Amino acid sequence: MSVVFEKTKLLTDKQFHYCPGCNHGIIHRLVAEVIDEMNLDGKVIGVAPVGCSVFAYDYFNCDMYEAAHGRAPAVATGAKRVVGKDTLVFTYQGDGDLASIGTAEIVHAAHRGEKISTIFVNNAIYGMTGGQMAPTTLVGQKTTTSPYGRDEDWCGAPLKVSEMLAEVPCSYYIERVAVNNTPNIVKAKKAISKAFHYQMEGKGFTLVEVLSACPTNWGLSPVKAMEWLEENMIPYYPLGVKKDKGAE
Amino acid sequence: MALTLMKGSEAIAEAAIRAGARYFFGYPITPQTEIPEYMSARMPEVGGCFLQAESEVAAINMIYGAAGAGARALTSSSSPGVSLKQEGISYCAGAQLPAVILNVMRGGPGLGNIQASQGDYFQAVKGGGNGDYHLLTYAPASVQEAIDIMMYAFDKAEKYRIPVLFLADGIIAQMMEPVEMPEMVDYKIDPEKKPWACTGWKPGDDPAKRGVINSIYIDTETLSVHNDDLQACYREIIANEQQWEEYNLEGAEYVITAFGTVARIAKSAIAELKEQGINVGLVRPITVWPFPYDAVKKAAELPGVKAVLDVELNEGQMLEDVKIAINGAKPIDFFGHLGSQMPTTEEIVAKIISMKEGK
Repeated sequence: MSVVFEKTKLLTDKQFHYCPGCNHGIIHRLVAEVIDEMNLDGKVIGVAPVGCSVFAYDYFNCDMYEAAHGRAPAVATGAKRVVGKDTLVFTYQGDGDLASIGTAEIVHAAHRGEKISTIFVNNAIYGMTGGQMAPTTLVGQKTTTSPYGRDEDWCGAPLKVSEMLAEVPCSYYIERVAVNNTPNIVKAKKAISKAFHYQMEGKGFTLVEVLSACPTNWGLSPVKAMEWLEENMIPYYPLGVKKDKGAE
Repeated sequence: MALTLMKGSEAIAEAAIRAGARYFFGYPITPQTEIPEYMSARMPEVGGCFLQAESEVAAINMIYGAAGAGARALTSSSSPGVSLKQEGISYCAGAQLPAVILNVMRGGPGLGNIQASQGDYFQAVKGGGNGDYHLLTYAPASVQEAIDIMMYAFDKAEKYRIPVLFLADGIIAQMMEPVEMPEMVDYKIDPEKKPWACTGWKPGDDPAKRGVINSIYIDTETLSVHNDDLQACYREIIANEQQWEEYNLEGAEYVITAFGTVARIAKSAIAELKEQGINVGLVRPITVWPFPYDAVKKAAELPGVKAVLDVELNEGQMLEDVKIAINGAKPIDFFGHLGSQMPTTEEIVAKIISMKEGK
């Protein structure tokens, strides 16, 4: 019997706590597969955020930190400066974590050209606390703290993190992907792989933004949530490479 | 060994390097900016890393990252900046990370001023960040003492797996004193000695040895067990790490309690009072957490002692611990200043005389 598919070694046997239809499972799997394929022989450190993926340290089968809300890039900086170029250091952060309370840390990690990679999961809402408005919540989107829909005049328009970080001089590679269908999942994996390889080549700060569905807090079925993501998120947050110094 | 005249901030920074610190993350704030300045020049000479963080918040989280990877990491700041670090300090305490943090205290609250103060005593020993934790907290009274403590601060931090705090007032950092600088310690990250650190675990290795630097324990039972472990560690520190200086207690009529540079002014007052025929002793806590309750109690209960005078450069913060220690056995008086106006020798002399005269 030949094995055609198996669980990646870079994920533990711990059962995910994620909701049905949540995309964290897919994204975890992609990150783990890429690391596994890179054969880094244990030279991997991940930094989990505060938010739905707060327990990522239990899922990724490598050395892990759990950081304070938004601080993962600073923690990763401290770790990377110690372990050096031979160890892959990545942060895994949601939009409440990275795009709100953690803007200083992510901007300055990019600003320093920190040799780390960030997987930025954007689902346009605070998941773990139960569906509050995030900086990434779309205009008109109803959440528990924008019950009448996000009002641009009152609290601004959603922050486009990838476009913003692409403008930072020392960011090296920034791409936005989605995991709403098979072709996009394949592209997402390629982007993560590119980011991690650039890091191991010592190039500079890399970030992959992954648009992600949150059926529970959007109040939609998993299938409807994927449709909502395609119809609403992708038009506002266009997919694709925002910056790639390696291709210039 | 020859004595060298050194500025406090630079001497403390050099001592940290001699003690094996190779990672410094900080942010400029008066009156401790000379520490990051010194580190920025010195770290490259010893193959270390100086990084100017975007904020004190980021700096302490970089410490969390570096300490979690097994390095000896140091950050320094002054009062408002140390307030910003409290989140990360609590996380370090929760994740049981050894690190050294310097607070060169200035006047507060808020921006306060940039002169010396002892106004962060409560923050240092009664809380600061969230949760039930303590920091092994040293209050040096001279540049030499700060150097000497620094030479074992990382050892203590690593032995107990807790952050160590230096609670120094601005005078310590800003004054120059002749000091003896110890030899360089050779520190290398050893995964055997720090099996909890992130040093390159791989799938197939013992799962129990995977590095997980973490402070979240979501179910009540495991958080309770984790906290019990922390408390057991704190009890061990209370039992083993109290330090204090006793001065002129024999035959003392009065006992002064003071920490940091204020205790040195108290010594001048004690000398002056002696000339006037009044014998006054001093108890100076060197660790303010754990606080040397028994030492203060014993001094106060000496038969000849009529009363205790606590002197601080604040509104009477350590005074609360002095009261707990003495527990009503002797009268306690307080003399202090706010706004960074150092109590003078003359003021302390006058205060003791007024106590003697029953005023």
